[in-house]
Amino acid sequence: MLRQMEGSQAVAEAVALCRPEVICAYPISPQTHIVEALSRLVTGGRLKPCEYVNVESEFAALSACIGASAAGARTYTATASQGLLYMTEALYNASGLGLPVVMTVANRAIGAPINIWNDHSDSMSQRDSGWIQLYAESNQEAVDLHVQAFALAEELSLPVMVCMDGFVLTHAFERVDLPSQEQVDAFLPPYEPRQVLDPDDPVSIGAMVGPEAFTEVRYLGHLRQLAALERIPHLAARFERGFGRACGGLVRGYRTEDADTIVLALGSVLGTLKDVADELRQDGMRIGVAGLTTFRPFPLHAVRKVLGRARRVVVLERAFSLGAGGIVAAEVRSALAGNGADVFTVVAGLGGRAVTKASLRLLLTGGPGEPLTFLDLNQDLVAGELRRAGRARRSGPPAENLLRDLAGGV
Amino acid sequence: MPVERTKFYQVGSFAVGNRLLPPEQRAVQASPDRGNSLTCGHRACRGCGEALGARWAVDAAISATAGRMVVVNATGCLEVFSTPYPESSWQVSWIHSLFGNAPAVATGVAAALRAKGRTEVRVVGQGGDGGTVDIGFACLSGMFERDDDVLYICYDNQAYMNTGVQRSGATPPAARTATTPLPGQAFGQGKNVPLIAMAHEIPYVATATVADLRDLEYKVRRAMEFRGARYLHVLVPCPLGWVTAACDTIRVARLATESGLFPVFEAERGEVTGVTKIRRRVPVDDYLRLQGRYAHLFGDPPKTDVIARIQAGADRNVRRFGLVD
Amino acid sequence: MDDKPFAITLGVGTSRANKTGAWRTERPVYLDRLPPCNQACPAGENVQRWLSLAEEPSYEAAWRQIMEDNPFPAIMGRVCYRPCETACNRGKLDQAVGVNSVERFLGDEAIKHGWTVPVTAEPSGKRVLVVGAGPAGLSAAYHLTRLGHQVTVADSGSRPGGMMRFGIPRYRLPRDILDAEIGRIADMGVTFRLGRAVTDLAEAMRGFDAAFLAVGAHLGKRAYIPAGDCARILDAVSVLRDLEETSAPALGRHVVVYGGGNTAMDAARTAKRLGASDAVVVYRRTRDRMPAHDSEVSEAGEEGVRIKWLSTIAHAVGGTITIEKMRLDETGFPQPTGEFEELAADSVVLALGQEADLSLLGGLPGVEVDDGVVKVGPNMMTGCPGVFAGGDMVPDQRTVTVAVGHGKKAARHIDAWLRGATGRPAPKHPVADFDLLNTWYYSDAPATVRPRLEMARRITTFDEVEGGLDERTALFEARRCLSCGNCFECDNCYGVCPDNAVVKLGPGLRYEIDLDFCKGCGLCVAECPAGAIEMVPEIS
Repeated sequence: MLRQMEGSQAVAEAVALCRPEVICAYPISPQTHIVEALSRLVTGGRLKPCEYVNVESEFAALSACIGASAAGARTYTATASQGLLYMTEALYNASGLGLPVVMTVANRAIGAPINIWNDHSDSMSQRDSGWIQLYAESNQEAVDLHVQAFALAEELSLPVMVCMDGFVLTHAFERVDLPSQEQVDAFLPPYEPRQVLDPDDPVSIGAMVGPEAFTEVRYLGHLRQLAALERIPHLAARFERGFGRACGGLVRGYRTEDADTIVLALGSVLGTLKDVADELRQDGMRIGVAGLTTFRPFPLHAVRKVLGRARRVVVLERAFSLGAGGIVAAEVRSALAGNGADVFTVVAGLGGRAVTKASLRLLLTGGPGEPLTFLDLNQDLVAGELRRAGRARRSGPPAENLLRDLAGGV
Repeated sequence: MPVERTKFYQVGSFAVGNRLLPPEQRAVQASPDRGNSLTCGHRACRGCGEALGARWAVDAAISATAGRMVVVNATGCLEVFSTPYPESSWQVSWIHSLFGNAPAVATGVAAALRAKGRTEVRVVGQGGDGGTVDIGFACLSGMFERDDDVLYICYDNQAYMNTGVQRSGATPPAARTATTPLPGQAFGQGKNVPLIAMAHEIPYVATATVADLRDLEYKVRRAMEFRGARYLHVLVPCPLGWVTAACDTIRVARLATESGLFPVFEAERGEVTGVTKIRRRVPVDDYLRLQGRYAHLFGDPPKTDVIARIQAGADRNVRRFGLVD
Repeated sequence: MDDKPFAITLGVGTSRANKTGAWRTERPVYLDRLPPCNQACPAGENVQRWLSLAEEPSYEAAWRQIMEDNPFPAIMGRVCYRPCETACNRGKLDQAVGVNSVERFLGDEAIKHGWTVPVTAEPSGKRVLVVGAGPAGLSAAYHLTRLGHQVTVADSGSRPGGMMRFGIPRYRLPRDILDAEIGRIADMGVTFRLGRAVTDLAEAMRGFDAAFLAVGAHLGKRAYIPAGDCARILDAVSVLRDLEETSAPALGRHVVVYGGGNTAMDAARTAKRLGASDAVVVYRRTRDRMPAHDSEVSEAGEEGVRIKWLSTIAHAVGGTITIEKMRLDETGFPQPTGEFEELAADSVVLALGQEADLSLLGGLPGVEVDDGVVKVGPNMMTGCPGVFAGGDMVPDQRTVTVAVGHGKKAARHIDAWLRGATGRPAPKHPVADFDLLNTWYYSDAPATVRPRLEMARRITTFDEVEGGLDERTALFEARRCLSCGNCFECDNCYGVCPDNAVVKLGPGLRYEIDLDFCKGCGLCVAECPAGAIEMVPEIS
């Protein structure tokens, strides 16, 4: 059913269609509209049986999900930014215990300086947590990925993060085709846990494992991630058959077949990039765009295949590793190792800075000349602060200095 | 009174069991068919109070729930000594997640059971004092204020024993630990979680020790009569951390209560409803002297001023809880 | 493996593969220690065992346990001076267990219900002569009969019982009780030959394979008291016997009893009951040196008997006696002071101790007599083979209970002797001292007090002074027993083991340590209320 609605509402509706039995959440912008909507669905009786638990922290939110999932319930939570980091310990635990929790991350920057706006620093920081990470390009894809996420998580006994850009998607009103309950039920069978806390069949879950078996446990976890690389395309195909639209998968190319230059990115920026690519194509540039849906596990072969012929690959990232550079780009470089393509990292849209078509056009037509570029970096502002810092040891907090400079102050 | 005390020494007495009582009135631990929730082969130290307290409490819960229960365990000694791969000592449905999240995990289990309409299965959370009063405290308080249907049991041995006896928020004044070298833990610190639990006005809060099995079993059974959040704080001496003889674990717990340092009581909805009276009151010296962690108080000359401050704390408990008739 | 996630999820109870017993340097071992009550009982009763049976409550079984050692529970429950209670560890906790009260309750229950003791042993074909139907002789007769021997009891008295009948007043031992317990022995097939003293033992023993002599000590000791013609001077033993056998002796309104033993108390209390307005005991030393038991002295005092301490009778003339005040010298011996005092005395009753009449031993080879008593070996046999002796005629304390003990001991040795064996006493366990107990586990329970007859009836009748416990109070009293040194299956060891390493074997079977898992912490030993477990080093 086509509806014009806010992304958060759409995701909440989609999650509800998946019939979660326990939802535990702690509010944080920009995730709030999702969980608010779900609490209304539970309280109003539209989503039942379901327990909505208002917990006291994100750490508790995911911990309660761990308990609920271990007790055999389909379990959901959502968070963003600082909240995701506060969950960190529990993230590793959920994946280590093989609990198929599904979580929406409404992507947002991490402080300090505190910033509520969108980038991918939060989910990227958890790339080694053992969770599957799927990135939504649009609200429609966010809806559809959640349905697939539950199926994937439960099939593999692994937790799945569905990442959608905070505000840009969560708060955007768009046309969304919400699936019917029948469609979702047909796609997503009831949860059959691999292990469950059951007095009738007791087990001890969460043993301490020493050097004699820890490597094997970790290796088995890796194998399960690799198994996901097999299952994700199958699920996407099955989804397309059941719902009549393509969504998900590992990585998708847009006009990449004959492209010399391919820009690879994740999330909502892909829309802008496709527009820019269309325009540059009209200018005669052989350019394409690759949208990476599955970042963990990282689809090395699929990425290599999509990027195959390009001589120039630009990885546009909404996060980066300070002191090192691009996070996704490092993976792409290893995917393309030996094929001779130049891989450039462009860090863009941090902390909610708009990624404009103009800037992208400029970037893609003129450069990037450097392996690591920061899109629209205000060099004057940076230089000013560096001067200030060079003059005085106690030059004041950089973030506030920069804001003052921007406002034209002293 | 939590336990009916008849005057017959073998009937309702302080001993664990009793061949003279009708079976339904016997202690759970007296039964040859007790749950043995924590069975042989665990790697707790000799004379471990926590191993003892945990079996007593969980067996009592098994008895109260006819085995329809699930246990959530925080990281700590109890978890480490009971479930090192490839062997588990637990004979109940049991999960360990993290150090600081056991109450929240328990909340999640309870929520799942409710969603699945299996509320006959009860949830017990448990951990040591570190996992409860310190790192797990936010989750515990959250579980309390939401009145989640969980009995949380803290096995309090008054320090981080698993990591080698470091100070916790439950370490008592003057006690020496690896991180409170002499003169030991400062006075005026530490928190009283049973009282904090009571401030949440949850259905049931109680304290107990491994020196009084019948009282402990009664409190678990009583706790299981309520729905909602319940808290049981059990004093479990640690031979390693307290520097006591392995055979003195119960004795030292007994002296903790008989000196007044550890008041044994129960409370419903924030109000004290029962106090276990001191039977043979002893000065705190009797309790302290047995423990190497207080050895510095009994040198030559003894630190009478410090002992007097500890005694004052015991006296305050006696007044506050009416521990002596 | 199985379907569980590898290593992270484990099967329940799998730690039993980890045998923690290897950690142990010491191991707990169950043992039985000798309870102080058992150790103190002159009759060799297994007091703790029968108390334990009574606790269940299983009164008949408890009574039968007493009857293994002592055929007179109802009598014991009235006249025994209770060395068990003096020894009782509970006395250090609050008050001693009222063992005697419970014994009396059980004895009375047996009489009420007519419980009897069957003789199950094969007849031995041996005949044993018992001379003296007092507690020692009857006890021996009872045990010998149970051992399959044919027993004849001879006594000069018209009725059996000896001092129990002719020395102990009715208000302490009602005769229906005495008759019932003796009757039970007679019913077992013991032959009584009464009213005829044995004067020639060698002759009397003809046709018997062995003899047990227990003629008692019935001759009152006399002291020289300068006395006028009209002075009436009697001895206590005769007074008490006459009261029982013929008629109440005339003692008058003012009666002076001379002596400080239990017999003196009995005589004074009897005088009160016979109408004396004034019964005064004259004793030459002080209270702490008086041989009479506390209970006798205090009961006499309650009944109005007065005691003149540090006094001797100088002379008696007509209705008056003159007593001289004494003082104790540094050795504790009374010395005259020269101070005198007069007392009204219609009669003076001497209670200065008794002697045995050993004339029947005349001509018996090998029998040695020393200081008026017969010497016996550790097996109670005199110097004459086949002739054993016990009770007041051998050197020991002169109480009913001691005599009963002699009878039992002699019976066992006679049995062994008749069978050509030597009796070997069972090895004694180490004593369960108070400091071996963990008394925390015993709830506070002060002793039950037996009811007493009202005073008006006490001093006018010979009704029994001290009442018995009813079932409820007797059970309570039995359950006050601490079971010193012996497992009473309280489950403490089973409950307090942090390693689940104590196995409960079932009712009556106690426990066993699972050495596969016992780490040797010693909690079971420390928390055993009864001190019935000890730690012993592991042998490497």
